[in-house]
Amino acid sequence: MNNEITGAEIVLKSLAEQGVEVVFGYPGGAVLPIYDTLFKQNSIKHVLVRQEGGAIHAAEGYARSTGKTGVVLVTSGPGATNVVTGLTDAMMDSVPIVCITGQVPQHLIGSDAFQECDTTGITRPCTKHNYLVKDVNKLSSVFHEAFTIAQNGRPGPVLIDIPKDVQFASGTYEEKNKIIIPSHRLFEPSPDFEKNKIEEAVALISQAKKPIFYIGGGCINSGPKASKLVREFINMVGSPVTMTLMGLGVVGSSDKNSLGMLGMHGMYEANMAMHECDVMINIGARFDDRVTGRLDAFSPNSKKIHIDIDESNINKTINVDVPIIGDVKQVVEKMISIWKDKKYKIDTVSLKLWWDKINKWKEIDCLNYNNEGKQIKPQYAVQRLYELTKNTKTFITTEVGQHQMWAAQFYKFEEPNRWLTSGGLGTMGYGFPAAIGAQVGHPDALVVDIAGDASILMNIQEMSTAVQYRLPVKIFILNNEYMGMVRQWQELLHGGRYSESYTDSLPDFVKLAESYKAVGLRAKTTDELDDVITQMIETKNTVIADIWVTKEENCFPMIQSGSAHNEMMLSKDQKQDKKSAEKGKILV
Amino acid sequence: MNKSVYASPDQVSETKRHILTVLVDNEPGVLARVIGMFSGRGYNIDSLNVAEVSNDENISRITIVTHGTSEVVSQIEKQLLRIVPVHSVTNLDQEGNSVEAEVALVYIYISDTNKKKVYQLCDLYRARKIENENNTTIFEIAGASERVNRFIKEINEITKVEIVRSGPVAISSIKKK
Repeated sequence: MNNEITGAEIVLKSLAEQGVEVVFGYPGGAVLPIYDTLFKQNSIKHVLVRQEGGAIHAAEGYARSTGKTGVVLVTSGPGATNVVTGLTDAMMDSVPIVCITGQVPQHLIGSDAFQECDTTGITRPCTKHNYLVKDVNKLSSVFHEAFTIAQNGRPGPVLIDIPKDVQFASGTYEEKNKIIIPSHRLFEPSPDFEKNKIEEAVALISQAKKPIFYIGGGCINSGPKASKLVREFINMVGSPVTMTLMGLGVVGSSDKNSLGMLGMHGMYEANMAMHECDVMINIGARFDDRVTGRLDAFSPNSKKIHIDIDESNINKTINVDVPIIGDVKQVVEKMISIWKDKKYKIDTVSLKLWWDKINKWKEIDCLNYNNEGKQIKPQYAVQRLYELTKNTKTFITTEVGQHQMWAAQFYKFEEPNRWLTSGGLGTMGYGFPAAIGAQVGHPDALVVDIAGDASILMNIQEMSTAVQYRLPVKIFILNNEYMGMVRQWQELLHGGRYSESYTDSLPDFVKLAESYKAVGLRAKTTDELDDVITQMIETKNTVIADIWVTKEENCFPMIQSGSAHNEMMLSKDQKQDKKSAEKGKILV
Repeated sequence: MNKSVYASPDQVSETKRHILTVLVDNEPGVLARVIGMFSGRGYNIDSLNVAEVSNDENISRITIVTHGTSEVVSQIEKQLLRIVPVHSVTNLDQEGNSVEAEVALVYIYISDTNKKKVYQLCDLYRARKIENENNTTIFEIAGASERVNRFIKEINEITKVEIVRSGPVAISSIKKK
């Protein structure tokens, strides 16, 4: 009996043993015992958000900027349903999260009690795994397994639903190292996994005449060492490399081999190189539809190598020639040692011809935009932000839309884990709470949320959180009074009928900031821009910088839906052929 | 072949029936995880059968009959393996490598005029009469699905029936060492 502690105490003890430093949450009836225990201890910090949706995005931002697991604590019913978007976001972008939800006491489950919902039922498809813990003695083992599952293999969100009576009940705590997780519940490759496939892949790369590396978020999830190894291997091969939205930073933007981002709003040279390559080396990417464009015209003449930790990504949309199931860091380490052992060397004459061709594509200067006049172009705003922050340790988060793509195109990332954006799910409202999470994890760094005027309003209530915890997060709004990406699609595909994409009655963002006791700044013309950015960086407080940009700017280059990599639109004047435009219209 | 938002390249193989055997930890919600994966990703379940098969280890065997191209079914197998409590997934579709059977219970509306014919047919199919306290005519037939199908078709021609079927279960017939 004397070893017994309450369920709520077991929760806190489990978190402490897992090395958790901070929990993002919001209290409520069904988690009061846990909040009571939280009150009596000092080792774990709690960040009180203003809506549960903010808590989970903050945990995502924390996880992705630190490499640790993000932890969320919310109540039953609406508390749980409000985190569903964030769980789905974390599932799509493979972010390790442990989300604790309160549940009504067991004798009330199924009675439509106040703030009751079927949390495990609702979250089953949007978590990697979830639990309803009915026995207090199983609580600690569930927590330790949950943290392992969240981080193991392809990371993802795990949810633990705890009825209130279990939080009050007494039980025994088991330590992490006493828990044995059966191997079928985890991804555990054998030491000589995929040996032959890796050898085959390296041999294929050595014979390539027009290779390209296609790098995804898996390289970031594999840890900083993976990025180092990937850079090293690409340098040994001398091959061009392109990155997905999630993979930006794995190879530095200034690296001579980097062609930047690929895909729908990626670089012309990157997409053309993907289309014409003869060997494609996909490391930790999943042939997402934003990347591939039309599948039957996707890189038609290449042999494809695909390294992925999740076997279900193999041959899901694109058939590959050499699939390798494994962790990027381990696979690439082996590739490097094979390359060295066999003294492989790529044919330098062919490689030079390949680079010549790529350099010709670069001359198109696909990011070129008309920067005349006093009005601020959104692209220019991001460029100036980059120039004025590049020598500071900076984390960039974004919301979703045009500003997100401009940020990806014009902000240059040199390191992994510095770029946090909602890629798979495309969640507007992600960026600001994610920036709060990143700032909590890196109190001394500069954290900027590049936002749009529409997206920022989706989680604007977190201003209160940022100010309460003195988090000097910077919100950099590219304000065009439109849902810019919706407007762009309406212009290109729906005859310019801007149905509901103009935001009337926007708040005065400067006064809004001031009302939260934060700082509001505004730039209306190019002359004011640099001053506003500098002032924003120097302010030791939460800042909203309201940047008035040209209203009807479009994000180019663009592969329209239904088109292929070699059918990029470089400007508005270049119309897509009618047939594929009609076909593309039904796609997302 | 695939599930992208873009049109797929030419389909590479024909749609076929597949029987999948899935071994899972017998824990709450595991069946919902498995069938939720099918509905969530737009796959089909033609029949489903679940039962605990070992007393000691708490493992259940789920038998799923589905149909699709080999690419789709291979994706189904991989998606099933992502589910945490899933131990293994076996595709038993290869001909000659497995045996399958199902059970049907048939309530037969019987009268003096059709009685003889019904009993003859049941005899022919080795369907067994199940005694019950109401003394109604309920037959049990077990075996391959096609055999059960034929029986149901023929009995339907004679009289009205009500039927419940278990759906097939199957096991690999490869010699184990």
